[in-house]
Amino acid sequence: MIIILLNNNNNVRADGREFDELRPFKIEAGVLERADGSAYLEIGGNKILAAVYGPRELHVRRIMRPDMAVLRCRYNMAPFSVGERKRPGPDRRSVEISKITADALRPSVFLERFPRSTIDVFIEVLEAEGGTRCAGITAASVALADAGVPMKDLVVSCAAGKANGNVILDLSEEEDKEGEADLPVAIMPRSGEITLLQMDGHLTPDEFEKALDLAIKGCEKISAAQKEAIKNRYGEENGS
Amino acid sequence: MIFVEDKDLVVPGDVLADDEYHTGRGTFREGKNICSSLVGLVAVRDKKVSVIPLQSKYIPKRGDVVIGKITDIRFSMWNLDVNSPYSGFLPASDVFGKEKRDLNKAFDVGDVLFLRVVDVDEVKKVKLGLKGRGLGKFRGGILIYITPTKVPRLIGKKGSMINMIKDETHCEIIVGQNGVVWVKGDPMMERVAEKVINMIEKQAHTSGLTDRVRNMLSELLGKEIEEEEIEEETEAEEVPEPEEDQIQG
Amino acid sequence: MAVNIVPEITRKSITELIENGERADGRAPLDYRDISIEVGVIDKAEGSARVKIGNTQIMIGIKPQIGTPFPDTPNVGVLMTNSELLPMASPTFEAGPPDERSVEMARVVDRCLREGKVLDLEKLCIIEGEKVWMIFLDLHVIDYDGNLIDAAVLGSVAALMNTKIPTAKVEDDELVVDEENKIPLSINEKPLMCTLAKIGDELIVDPSLEEEEIMGARISVGIREDGSICAMQKGGEDPVTRDQVLKAVESASEKTKELREHLP
Repeated sequence: MIIILLNNNNNVRADGREFDELRPFKIEAGVLERADGSAYLEIGGNKILAAVYGPRELHVRRIMRPDMAVLRCRYNMAPFSVGERKRPGPDRRSVEISKITADALRPSVFLERFPRSTIDVFIEVLEAEGGTRCAGITAASVALADAGVPMKDLVVSCAAGKANGNVILDLSEEEDKEGEADLPVAIMPRSGEITLLQMDGHLTPDEFEKALDLAIKGCEKISAAQKEAIKNRYGEENGS
Repeated sequence: MIFVEDKDLVVPGDVLADDEYHTGRGTFREGKNICSSLVGLVAVRDKKVSVIPLQSKYIPKRGDVVIGKITDIRFSMWNLDVNSPYSGFLPASDVFGKEKRDLNKAFDVGDVLFLRVVDVDEVKKVKLGLKGRGLGKFRGGILIYITPTKVPRLIGKKGSMINMIKDETHCEIIVGQNGVVWVKGDPMMERVAEKVINMIEKQAHTSGLTDRVRNMLSELLGKEIEEEEIEEETEAEEVPEPEEDQIQG
Repeated sequence: MAVNIVPEITRKSITELIENGERADGRAPLDYRDISIEVGVIDKAEGSARVKIGNTQIMIGIKPQIGTPFPDTPNVGVLMTNSELLPMASPTFEAGPPDERSVEMARVVDRCLREGKVLDLEKLCIIEGEKVWMIFLDLHVIDYDGNLIDAAVLGSVAALMNTKIPTAKVEDDELVVDEENKIPLSINEKPLMCTLAKIGDELIVDPSLEEEEIMGARISVGIREDGSICAMQKGGEDPVTRDQVLKAVESASEKTKELREHLP
């Protein structure tokens, strides 16, 4: 008896990736001159710039804390970053992403070392292609390290989800739009602790667990690139 | 057990050693492990692991000598920017004693002073003082800003690095522990010193720096510089108390 | 809007150097810093550029949209310039709606491009009185080290030169927009701006951040390829003399020719 194995095309993604494959990405640290720390990240068609000022003096007394630094984040999309021009200024989506980004980064920072000060994180999406909030968090953590902010670990972020009936890693813009679920996750890789978790769509508990594990694996891969980007920044200046 | 070597470049979260070792600057203990909290170079001394950061902000400590700029004049004090997330204040009584005087007759906004950190409280309010040899207002010269952790490298063991620059450029140079450097001399020499100091800052974490500094000085000044016994400060651990002659400039 | 207090000794040392015809970074009074331009850097934008003068860095994106023309000019397209001084570019830039610096810059750039007639706006008319192309030019300042205006204009011209817009035609009483077949924007002229700062009584080209912080005044002059002046803006607290204005125009005429060589 001859058994013929057919290639199940349902599992091939539009861009040819495997279900657990990340889009091509690159990270660079220390790309701006004025900011205390900065990073640039590309993943798929995303181009994200992150910058950090701080710890620095906080002038808004209302939010100042006597026992620790406050960490604030502003996520913003450039008007030219999307297909249809986006009007400048924060919209509700940006405000929410700003908040969850700050929440995702805070657990990693030794805030108690800098009472009465602020650490400001700025994320600019120069070009968007699905998964900008995850890319923003990943870049922001590199920028914090670049600025010399003491942290217990870098924070890295990645999304998994479901499209075309399959649980997949790192959704492209199209997969995000047309797909059945989107699950952005951020972790501190050494401990595996989760600092960002959102879910949007429709998953069975089984699918959710698969997707969560996929996202965590994706994060671990990106984490290695974060460390390399930081080290590369200083490698070049070594005696040249 | 230690998992890294002296002078390795590490990033926040890297595991450096287990509980056979003690935590030094730039590290923290988590369970049985000692981890790095910063981007920097590992320094291992006996059983202590530290990470010397490549980038950091200056946090004032009592006893430091710093260079600050006056940003505001209040009722009985001046506020100063000391290149830190924390601003400092200089009480008028430090200058005027018990008499009441117009503060801006002594120092005005924009003036640059060499001061001592007298006290820092638990919420990091910084009290500055002018009582001490060589402290006071700078006249003329230029300012150069470097990362505070690189100050020891700039000074060198027993001042060797900074003295080489002073001698060759004939400039007065004062290095504040807060990363602000004052240079005064012939305008061209000031710029030569500036270039050299900026180069030291960029390459502070590398070895063979003294030779490169000597070469750069030779090139910029167009002359040969003798190879004296220059001891390179390769260990940037604790910031050393500046020698009396450095405060004088 | 936050202000940085310049140390008195820095102010003095820079001023003295300039009075001797020198500058802190070794440049001659009329020299620009290193300039670089990259175009086509944002794929989702129909035109884009990244411009650097020294460490000042601006990302520029062009997005066309179909809209209604202004009632008094029913047969021409519209150029709209907006600028964001991003808080990441400088500790003195705060998040929020554009402040007066941002608005001034956008309007100065806009006037230079518009009066310089960089675009043939008539070619952007689709249906007279009803539908025209609106070209949105967004300046995204990501790093500020002095002299935003010259960088902004230079980058804008480069970005416009890089721009391809969809073709829009009326067929059978319907507006058909073809995204697949994009055509380059029709570039008429290449107006550029040169900014001089007045420090003491001297004028220097392309002020660095330090120089801008102590300058008494600035004069920006927009010059077209054909040599005519298309825009001017004086800024700063101090007045300037007639001679200084004429000198600025003379320097700008020369320097914009050099700047133009950097365009792709």
